[in-house]
Amino acid sequence: MRDSTLKKVWIYFLLVVTSLLVFFPVVYAFMISFMSGPEILQGKFFPEAFKFDNYVKVFDRLPLMKYLMNSFVVSLTVMIGQLVVCSLAAYAFVFIPFKGRDFVFFLFISTMMIPWEATMIPNFFTIQKLDWLNTYQGMSLPFFALAFGTFLLRQHFKTIPKELQEASQIAGLSRFKFFWKVILPVSKTSLVTLGAYGFLTTWNMYLWPLLITTNSSVRTVQIGLKQLQSQEMSTDWGVVMAGVIVVIIPTLLLLFIGQKQLQKGLSQGALK
Amino acid sequence: MTTVKAPGVWQRSANLRTGFLYLLPSIVLFAVFLFYPMIRTIYLSFFLTDQNGNAAVNVGFENYSYLLTSPAFLNSMKATGLFVLYTVPIGIILSLFFALLANEKLKGIGFFRTMYSSTMGISVAASSVIWLFLFHPSVGLFNRILVAVNLPQVQWLLDPEWALFSIAVSTIWMNTGFSFLILLGGLQNIDEHLYESSRIDGAGYFYRLRRITIPMLSPTLFFIITISLINAFQTFGQIDILTKGGPSQSTNLIVYSIYREAFINYQFGTASAQAVILFIIILVVTILQFKLLEKKVHYQ
Amino acid sequence: MKRVELIDVSKSYDKQVDVISNIDVTIEPGEFFVLVGPSGCGKSTMLRMIAGLEEITGGVLEIGGKRANHLSPDKRDLSMVFQNYALYPHLTVFQNITFGLDVKKVKKAEQTKRANEVAEMLGLSDFLKRKPRELSGGQRQRVALARAIVSEAPICLMDEPLSNLDAKLRAHMRTEIRRIQRKLGITMIYVTHDQVEAMTMGDRIMILHEGKIQQVGKPIDIYNYPANPFVATFIGSPPMNISPARMEPTKSGVFIGDTIQVSMTEQQMIAGAARPLLAGIRPEHIQPVVTGTEMGNKVQVDVTNVEILGNETVFSFQVGDREWMAKWSGQWDIAIGDQVPILLGSEYFCVFDEETGELIRKPEGLAHLSIAKEVSL
Repeated sequence: MRDSTLKKVWIYFLLVVTSLLVFFPVVYAFMISFMSGPEILQGKFFPEAFKFDNYVKVFDRLPLMKYLMNSFVVSLTVMIGQLVVCSLAAYAFVFIPFKGRDFVFFLFISTMMIPWEATMIPNFFTIQKLDWLNTYQGMSLPFFALAFGTFLLRQHFKTIPKELQEASQIAGLSRFKFFWKVILPVSKTSLVTLGAYGFLTTWNMYLWPLLITTNSSVRTVQIGLKQLQSQEMSTDWGVVMAGVIVVIIPTLLLLFIGQKQLQKGLSQGALK
Repeated sequence: MTTVKAPGVWQRSANLRTGFLYLLPSIVLFAVFLFYPMIRTIYLSFFLTDQNGNAAVNVGFENYSYLLTSPAFLNSMKATGLFVLYTVPIGIILSLFFALLANEKLKGIGFFRTMYSSTMGISVAASSVIWLFLFHPSVGLFNRILVAVNLPQVQWLLDPEWALFSIAVSTIWMNTGFSFLILLGGLQNIDEHLYESSRIDGAGYFYRLRRITIPMLSPTLFFIITISLINAFQTFGQIDILTKGGPSQSTNLIVYSIYREAFINYQFGTASAQAVILFIIILVVTILQFKLLEKKVHYQ
Repeated sequence: MKRVELIDVSKSYDKQVDVISNIDVTIEPGEFFVLVGPSGCGKSTMLRMIAGLEEITGGVLEIGGKRANHLSPDKRDLSMVFQNYALYPHLTVFQNITFGLDVKKVKKAEQTKRANEVAEMLGLSDFLKRKPRELSGGQRQRVALARAIVSEAPICLMDEPLSNLDAKLRAHMRTEIRRIQRKLGITMIYVTHDQVEAMTMGDRIMILHEGKIQQVGKPIDIYNYPANPFVATFIGSPPMNISPARMEPTKSGVFIGDTIQVSMTEQQMIAGAARPLLAGIRPEHIQPVVTGTEMGNKVQVDVTNVEILGNETVFSFQVGDREWMAKWSGQWDIAIGDQVPILLGSEYFCVFDEETGELIRKPEGLAHLSIAKEVSL
């Protein structure tokens, strides 16, 4: 009995210390975002007061609202695009048997081996030739097809009993209606997982928006942060941190709400 | 009399046609944004290009031979290798440690899980800006701590000796969230009965860890090792914000090197050759991973 | 209702060996037809071919007098109940029941009316708003049944619908399904591996083994006059005792060992002449030798195992190298190792040709009891 209490105390101790360490930079950034220049120089941890001056300033100096909106539009577009494209493909891989399916599947696997960065130069020129620089479609369309997403959904679709398809066949449901009315509602959890994952990764994307946005029209918050940091270097860290906090709040919220779901769903996709 | 008229080719290929229809969006997108550019990259790597990325002069393998003898590129490769070595093992061990802690059934464990996974919700750009401040030579936290304990200050991001290490530390932090989440999911998939039966046999914590947890977790570990390796080779954002490849090229990792060569120096040919090398490295790493690890991985 | 006719139907995968061959059978309108056989005998495949879920590679399938080989499942005018029920997990019980009607664009009011009727019939009225996962196994089974019934299709196919239920519920559902089928008068094709289900439910049953028809007929006829040794041992529990027998032309019969004689007619003797034979007897036809037993095969056997089931006693003993079983009603005071005198009535024996499996000698004198004759009012 005493053994297990001792063990519990130990585990709690480790949990508290390590999780604080992990989360500390975020808390610290949060505190800094409320400090004035002199306060930061003094090296305090707690600000004198939680005033929103820095937040007002950051929205002043950058079209941050515009950037947030852009990030939101692009992330949402990629999320929906991925859900549509991946679920269609996964459906074919599970419910439509045809000759050569294994080969196509192999083709999908092979895409995982191509690092996206190795293709960015021609992709940049493709987008340029399409005249899609500084457009939402240029930002989002290249990311609609996703092998990982297809696997994740395929994994879930495979757990759906084949008899459900047969019962629908006898009832006279068409292929697409079966997909739409049965498979998608039944797979809600996986779709939510993939959606959250897609939104999160797109929101946090850095290199592609850096390449194809040359003005603020579709520029995302991540590039906004880079801008802010290079403008404000060494002068006003409070404003920079206010920007950081504004940028991470949506994704942190999404993560906190969907953490359990994401963890379950992603680890299922990991084990095929 | 009872012969059955075989359905025609059109009818028999119905599944093929519908299947293809459902796969079409993926196939088209992969073709346009992945397969074509990959082939194009390989093609361009044999050319000198103009400013618009058009092939101008065929130089054969000269781009490659140039790269493989260029000290700058070799240095970049070395930095990349070191960076992978710094980040992947430590990152995974740390995440595994967190996941094991967070897998205990205790009150309030959900809160800790959220804390550990939080970095997954923080973008590379935001993380980098935060760490840029932590590493700041005068107002940064790390140097303040060093001063407080009377140690000499370190020019974290400005000293070639330290810069790569500093980037690695921040990267490990950024990646723990995702690895933690995947590993925790893997741990929770392990059948509780296995632990119960081992407890009846009187196995201790570390024995269980070694004989049950790790083997049963091996598919997940395998997955996360592969993903982490690939991610490490693709590092870009933190370099762009924290060091811009410097000081004196010490953090010029391969993707950053490609980016600079292509979009700052407009040398699309050599940039493509570097991209091909990156592709080959990742291909080899993944194949090796599968060959080496899959044999040892315990699948249920 | 509708007739289902299979004419020389066969099935092969990738042009290889037939998994089902030479199936010729007519299922009459309103009949409860049971397909039974051990697992892997092809019975589910056959059902799925009738449903249109598997392609028919040879022969003709006619439904209601029309050729149906290439009709899509929904055009065959049938309903189907699956072993795992195949309920849509995201829909309520009500939505599950009306799903097929909705697809066929039946009016909403009509849907509701029919669903409520069926739910009433199956005792599901209180569960209509629940999701399948909130139901017990038995309730899910009823929903699957309701879904089939509500379609009002003239033919209903069932693929081992009771195998996921516990024994008590299974017995109850057997009678319930039978009752509903009679009431609605639908043609039922029912697949099971359980010979008790086959015997108790079917108007006629078909026994399949390795993709071939073994016997088709009324349950009681199949029980009494099994067409071959496979059927004889598959139907009935414990199975029929069967041992090799040799012909003794001089004694007009066959012998198992030296002591057990089975008499045969001249015709039967000719049919079985110079062929390896098997003789078999059902456990309940082995009788105790009691005082006054006239002549016959009286044998002393050593008991190797005993099971007392309350109302009957089953014991085993060795005949040659085979283990036989006898079933006596009542509780008998028998212990392992006892010597028990038994009577093997010659008339009860079946004799089969070992190679072709053909039944050469039918058992005689099987007692059909009728209320009118046996019971004094």
